[in-house]
Amino acid sequence: MRVAVDVERCEGHGRCYMTAPELFEADDIGNGRERGDGTVPPDLERKARVAVANCPERAITCEEAN
Amino acid sequence: MAEHPPVTDWRTDFDHTDDVWAADPYPIWDELREQCPVAHSERYGGVWLPTRYDDIAAIAYDTERFTSRSIIVSEFRPPRMLAPEGIAPPISSDPPVHKEARRLLLPIFSPQAIDKLEPSTRAYCQELIKAMGDRDVVDAAAEYAQHIPVRVIANMLGLPEEDADVFRGFVNHVLEGVSLPLEKRAEGMINLFGYLQGHMEDHMANPRDDLITFLLESEMDGKKLDPFQVVRTIALLLIAGIDTTWSAIGASIWHLAGNAADRQRLVAEPDLLPVAMEELLRAYAPVTMARLVREDMDWNGCPMKAEEWVLLPFPSANRDPAAFEDPDKVIIDREVNRHAAFGLGIHRCAGSHLARMELRVALEVWLEAFPAFELADPDAVRWSGGQVRGPRVLPVKINV
Repeated sequence: MRVAVDVERCEGHGRCYMTAPELFEADDIGNGRERGDGTVPPDLERKARVAVANCPERAITCEEAN
Repeated sequence: MAEHPPVTDWRTDFDHTDDVWAADPYPIWDELREQCPVAHSERYGGVWLPTRYDDIAAIAYDTERFTSRSIIVSEFRPPRMLAPEGIAPPISSDPPVHKEARRLLLPIFSPQAIDKLEPSTRAYCQELIKAMGDRDVVDAAAEYAQHIPVRVIANMLGLPEEDADVFRGFVNHVLEGVSLPLEKRAEGMINLFGYLQGHMEDHMANPRDDLITFLLESEMDGKKLDPFQVVRTIALLLIAGIDTTWSAIGASIWHLAGNAADRQRLVAEPDLLPVAMEELLRAYAPVTMARLVREDMDWNGCPMKAEEWVLLPFPSANRDPAAFEDPDKVIIDREVNRHAAFGLGIHRCAGSHLARMELRVALEVWLEAFPAFELADPDAVRWSGGQVRGPRVLPVKINV
């Protein structure tokens, strides 16, 4: 699984990095961004889905692994 | 609040400053959402009131047809010549100038910057608890919640802490004085800007390590900010940061005072607080914003006229059953909670990370000091009306 924050949609609510700090972090203006290349370790997949579901701007995409 | 005649029909003649709305707006919104999802009132020169999540979101995102030139509904519409910056940038600004005015503020309010304010905020909350002495009943709104954001924002800006009552007077005037006659309202604004002007001039002569100095030294488009813009931005930070956070802290304490099971769970599981806070923010979101209609238009069947207001009741969006399961239930471990308490789109509350830190620390300190508390007199609780709703009188029995 891989997550990515759409920088055009993100408005910096911060719900992703509050919900799943292992997967997301804040940039210098408080917008969210995925850590590294956004790859989600298997034990954090559930957390990733919760973060996606809590983004008020629906700015996070989540690609399920094949 | 009583300057306007009471409301008899919420579908055609609503008034968000009505006492019934202040006491409990949720049944009003629930009924409108079902029967008249975009209501209209002739008051204030014309106001629209969407109550469904999707409509509120659509208007918040539509910065083309709805302007933020003014975001507080009153009889007074700021002159169009103030656009596109508006009276208090960036909250009152439209694209494209909005972006840069906001960009200036965001680093100051980033989570990393806000973390540094946590120890002093905690110490101040503890001081407030200590000052309560050993009484059985305290007013959690007047003696606790209201002081926290005033102190924090005064310190950030570099304004004297002892002027707390002065700031609260300004805030009260701007947010709750919306029914005052125009001359009175203008007088209050002039006093506010005069006060800030004085402090700005003092900062120009004596720069220091605070937000007023930072703004005075900031540049946009390679030029120093116009001092008038600095004053307007300071006014925004002062006004937007006080009543709102005060309301969120008060409403959270009110909920926990009336719901022993939630209170006990948070005392037993303090790590749940960040999730519980999002639920309290959803259920009791304090802030309703507003826009002005830019041009005459038909909006989803509503004949909107230029310069009419549109209220954006984010607290109603947060109670829409189409967007949230069991929206009227407070579920403190609600896992999926895409609430709009801090708005949606480009005007997302720039101070939301500060507000969350203050709310979390205020609740942590309160729960540590008073693991068991309840409403001393539920009928004595008073809520503010208008666009920022929260308890203003909140007698709580501590140490029960």
